[in-house]
Amino acid sequence: MKRLLQAVLVLLLVSLALFVMLRIVPGNPVAVLMGEHANEATIERLTAELGLDQPIHVQFFRYLGGAIRGDFGTSYSLGKPVSQLMGAAFVNTLLLALAAALFAWIVGGLCGLLAAIRKNSIPDRLFMGFSLLGISMPVFMVAMILQYVFGYWLHWLPISGVSDWRSFILPAIALGWNSAGSIARLVRSTLADTLEDDYIDTARAKGLSETAVIWRHALRNTMLPTVTMMALQLSGLLSGAVITETVFSINGIGRLAVQAINGRDIPLLQGTVLFATALVIFGNLIADLLYKVLDPRTRREVKE
Amino acid sequence: MDEKLLEIEDLCVEFPTEKGKIRPVDRVSLEIRTGTITGLVGESGCGKSMTARAVMNLIKKPGKMTGGRILLEGRDLGQMGAKERRLLQGREISMIFQDPMSSLNPVMKAGKQVDEVIRLHEGTDAGEARRRTIEMFAAVGIPDPERRYDAYPHELSGGLRQRVMIAMAMICKPKLLIADEPTTALDVTVEAQILELMEKLREGGTSILLISHNLGVIARMCEDVYVMYAGKIVEHAEIGTLFADPAHPYTKGLLRAVTSLQEETALLETIPGNVPQLYELPQGCRFSNRCAFATERCRADEPALRDLGGRECACFLEDRA
Repeated sequence: MKRLLQAVLVLLLVSLALFVMLRIVPGNPVAVLMGEHANEATIERLTAELGLDQPIHVQFFRYLGGAIRGDFGTSYSLGKPVSQLMGAAFVNTLLLALAAALFAWIVGGLCGLLAAIRKNSIPDRLFMGFSLLGISMPVFMVAMILQYVFGYWLHWLPISGVSDWRSFILPAIALGWNSAGSIARLVRSTLADTLEDDYIDTARAKGLSETAVIWRHALRNTMLPTVTMMALQLSGLLSGAVITETVFSINGIGRLAVQAINGRDIPLLQGTVLFATALVIFGNLIADLLYKVLDPRTRREVKE
Repeated sequence: MDEKLLEIEDLCVEFPTEKGKIRPVDRVSLEIRTGTITGLVGESGCGKSMTARAVMNLIKKPGKMTGGRILLEGRDLGQMGAKERRLLQGREISMIFQDPMSSLNPVMKAGKQVDEVIRLHEGTDAGEARRRTIEMFAAVGIPDPERRYDAYPHELSGGLRQRVMIAMAMICKPKLLIADEPTTALDVTVEAQILELMEKLREGGTSILLISHNLGVIARMCEDVYVMYAGKIVEHAEIGTLFADPAHPYTKGLLRAVTSLQEETALLETIPGNVPQLYELPQGCRFSNRCAFATERCRADEPALRDLGGRECACFLEDRA
C-alpha cells in the first residue's frame, strides 16, 4: 500500500516536471502548428482557444483535472483526443515490449545458464561473444540487419507495419537483443558465483544430482539480482521502442512520441511520456513484489 | 569394535596455482573404526577440510584428487560410477559444515531442505517426508519442530541452524558423519549442546570424523586423533596417549598453547612463526623452520610417519627414544 502511494506521488511529480519543462522550452507551439504564413491575430486567437495564454499553474491544474478523468487533451497535430490515440497505440507497444522482454529473458537466461554451467567451454565463449555484440550494438542497427536478412533477403518475415503476430517477431528481437545480452552476462556471473556458495556444497553432499543442485538450489538465488535488472531494463526497453517502432513502422506509443516531438504537440507528448513513466513505475513495483516472493529475507517478520 | 569403516590411503589433492602445483593434502592416510569418533586436528589451512572434501567429492576446481584411495567398508569410492558414488552421499556418508548460516539455502524452508534427503534416497512421499523431518527435528533437540519446519534459515539462531544441518545429515542414518568444525561458528554454551548431540549420535551407531582446530573439543569427544600439519599427518595416537605424552614437537607446541591458556600464565605460549605457504615449504621436515629441536637432518630429509608401537609419529627425534 505504501509502495502504491509512492508510485502515485512519483507519477504526479513527473507530470509536473514535464509540464513545466515543455513550457520553458523556447518556441511557440501554436506558431509551429500554423506554419510560416500565419498572422499574429490568428496565432493569438488559437493560443487563447488552447488555453495557452493562462498562467502556468492554472494550465497545470486544468490538465491534471482532465487527466484524472482520463482526458489528456486533444492532439494539436492529429486533431484527435490523446487518450484515443494512445489507446490504439498502447496495445501495439505493450505487445512489442512483452515479446521483446520474453525474448530477452528466455534467450538471455538460457545462454547465461549454459555458459555458467560450462564455463570457458566453446558455447560459453560463443554466447558471451554474442552478448557483447548484443550490448554494444544500437537498436536501429540490429533492426536494420534483421530487416535486411529475414525480410528483404530470405523473405521469411514482414519488414514493416502490423498485420499479424509474425509482424512482431523481428521488432521484438531487435528490441530485446540488447537486454538479452546483458541478462546473459548477469545470469552467467551470478550463477557462477552462486555455485561457489556453501549451501551448494551442502546440496551436493546430500547426493543430489548436478541438475537438481542447479534447478532447486542455485537458480532461485541467481534470480534475485536478475529480477532487479529486468525491472530496470524496462525503461531501456521503452526508449528502444521509440526507435524500433519507427524503424518497423509500428503504430505504437514510441512512434506517437516521436510525432509529438516533431510537431511540438504538447498534449500528445505529455500523454506518451506519462504513459512511459507509469510503465516504468509499474515494472519496478512488480520487481519489488517478485523479490518478496523469491527472497524470504525481505518479507516482514511476523513470527516471534 | 576394530572394524575399519573408512580407510584413506595415501590421499593426495593438488591445485595448480600461478606459483606452480601445490598439494594441500600430501599422502594422507587415516582410518576410522566403526563406532568411534576420530579427531583430525591442525591449524587453518593444514589440509584437514580438504581431506574431508575429498571423501565427499567436493574439492573445488581446479583442484583434484591426484592419488590414493578412499575406502568405505572396503569399497573404493574412486572406482565407483559417478551416480553410485553420489547416491552414497547423504545416505551412507554425510557431512556438516563450519558455518551453519551459509550452509543452508536462504530461500528454502529449513524442513524442505531436510526432507529433500529422504525423498531422494528413500523415495518417501511429501507427507511422510514432512512427518519424518519433524520427528528428526525433535530428535536433534529443535524446540517446536512443526513450526521450525516452515521457518527459513534466517529466522533461526546459529545453534538451531546447525541442528537443522545435523538433522539433514542424520536423517538417513548414515554410517559416517563428517563434521568439519561444527561448533567453530557457535558460542560456547551452544557448542556444548551440539557436542552432546554428536555424542548421542555416536551412541546411536554413527561413526564420526570430527575436524577441529580446538583441542578442547577434540579431547572431550574423540578416541583417536590425527594431527595434521602443512598437508601431512604428523602424529596419530589414542587420545589419552596424545595428551599425556605427545611425541611430535608440533603436537607438543599445540598442547602447550592450550595449557598456558588454562593456567592463565601472563605470557601466552605460542608456536613461533607461521604455517608455511604450500608453495614455499621448507626443505626436509615441514615443521623444521618452526621447531626448537630441529637438527641438520630435519632440514635435509623429510621424516616419514612411522609406527612407534600403538602410535605413529613423523619425527626423527623419536629415534632416540
